[in-house]
Amino acid sequence: MEFLLFLFRRILWSILVLVGLSIVIFAIARVVPGDPARMALGPTATAQQVADLQEKLGLNKPIVEQYGMFIAGLSRGDLGRSLLTERPVNDDIRDTFAATFELVLATITLAFVLGVPLGVAAARWKDKWPDTLVRVLAIFSAVTPSFFAALLLQILAGYVLHILPTTGRLPHNMEFVAGITGLLTVDSLLAGRLDVFGEALRHLLLPATALALATMGQIARITRSSMIDVASQDYIEASRAFGVPEPIRVFKYMLRPSFVPPLTILGLEFASLIGNAFVVELVFAWPGMAAYGIRTILQKDLNAVMGVVMVSGVFFVLVNLLIDVLVGFVDPRVRIRGSR
Amino acid sequence: MADALLSVRNLSVQFTTYGQTNPVLKGVSLDVPARSQIALVGESGSGKTVTMRAIMGLLRSPPAKVTSGEIFYDGRDLLTMPDRERLKLRGTAMSMVFQDPMSSLNPVFTIADQMGTILKYADRRLGRSRSGRERMARVHEVLGQVRMRDPERVARSYPIMLSGGMRQRVLIAMALLSEPKLLIADEPGTALDVTTQAQILKLLKDLVEERGLALLMITHNLGVVRETSNYVYVMNKGVVVEHRPTAELFEAPRDDYTKALISAVPRLTGGTSFGNAGAAA
Repeated sequence: MEFLLFLFRRILWSILVLVGLSIVIFAIARVVPGDPARMALGPTATAQQVADLQEKLGLNKPIVEQYGMFIAGLSRGDLGRSLLTERPVNDDIRDTFAATFELVLATITLAFVLGVPLGVAAARWKDKWPDTLVRVLAIFSAVTPSFFAALLLQILAGYVLHILPTTGRLPHNMEFVAGITGLLTVDSLLAGRLDVFGEALRHLLLPATALALATMGQIARITRSSMIDVASQDYIEASRAFGVPEPIRVFKYMLRPSFVPPLTILGLEFASLIGNAFVVELVFAWPGMAAYGIRTILQKDLNAVMGVVMVSGVFFVLVNLLIDVLVGFVDPRVRIRGSR
Repeated sequence: MADALLSVRNLSVQFTTYGQTNPVLKGVSLDVPARSQIALVGESGSGKTVTMRAIMGLLRSPPAKVTSGEIFYDGRDLLTMPDRERLKLRGTAMSMVFQDPMSSLNPVFTIADQMGTILKYADRRLGRSRSGRERMARVHEVLGQVRMRDPERVARSYPIMLSGGMRQRVLIAMALLSEPKLLIADEPGTALDVTTQAQILKLLKDLVEERGLALLMITHNLGVVRETSNYVYVMNKGVVVEHRPTAELFEAPRDDYTKALISAVPRLTGGTSFGNAGAAA
């Protein structure tokens, strides 16, 4: 009950955060120098053409009224038209979001599935060679820029070893239309197309690995320090004195209380990757929303920028809400007290 | 007392940290006969906790190293027996009651889960088997024995939902799960307020007497010594300086250190008063 109240409060706060986000982004987009109409029409357009487009976009209206129009559209679920693609922003985001979401989902899974065991191993053999190895690995993966990792992987796996495809989500000659989820790996399974699933997975592997390295390092480090902290707790010593075998102590009694910090990091990374995946998306020609967002920012495509930012914001809020629920599930103290 | 249940003979332990080796126990001997109530008293750093950990096999090596001595349980030397054999005794024949009820229970698992796990692996070590339902029945039974009014509800609870006194009773119940013959209590209740501690000590004493267990009480509190033991070992700087029946010790302490320890107990009145916590119970 307390926990539901806690979640309810969090949702209310989230809505406030989103309203704040919309105002800040709207203001920044209007303040940044450069005329969207001029940029859309190019240097050869006449002053009259630019003025007409400004009129059409409502750019000559007072800024408060412009914001009002934006919010009115948003409440109808309409993000307006993109100047860059000359399509509704809704359609652009629908087409690109799934690609980014699939990439980030794979990234996070990879980072978690590799990072947590590495952290556990480092904590279990603290100050021994596995610990040193994990720490060096974690530092290296954390400081390697994702574009560098992306290029390196592309060269190694794609051009030297020829084992994995280096661009796109599927081979050009493969016919497959994504279904309801937009995630090719999921839709192909739903459609029973194992060949498509395999290809989608192969295409996903390199970009997801490039993107996952930094997060994996983070998670390994956090898991390690969290486990070491828990290992020195009296209740672990007590379980030892009661003769509970070591695997149970490590994987049950130590791991579960250690799970909250990596989960929290995971939530933050998950959400920020949605916006920050663009470098890797560009390198691997991944038709995702992060890359779309960057193109529209450079073009001052106001509607599209607002759309991408708002979708990322909503996503951020949702993921962190989900993480809060998960944390409550892992740690009953959060559930019972209703906060951390 | 050669036929004691637990007999520590001339035990020496040293710790090596940062390249320095320090002797911590210098030839400690003590006996815990079956059904006896023994106290081991000393100030912080006297070596009483290291003695307890050595008996339970909880010393980590390195940094700790047993340099000489034997620890006999039921006539068998714990220090030379194979690990497998020793594990069969730990948490089963000899069990520990932990000191701090706030930190000795895992915060993210229910009491039933934690007690069930202890019982499951204790059974496995002893070659017994019990169904999950039988295990829960045993957990509820033991929780009832430590005077929990509603064992089922306590079992379902997470530690945070219980008071300090209840958590301490859960810790006692954990130690009793596999019907040990020897209980080693590490200052139980020190973290609680004095009235609750007095109740806990009373409960512990009752349980030990009802079941005919041997109790080794590790403490720095002379009041606790007086309440819970009939024989006492006084430790200082890694050696046992004096050991006598408890009543005698308080009447006529022989060793200078013991005298100093007794006179260090704060007094509320002009008269002599030994200890504080257990005295009211």
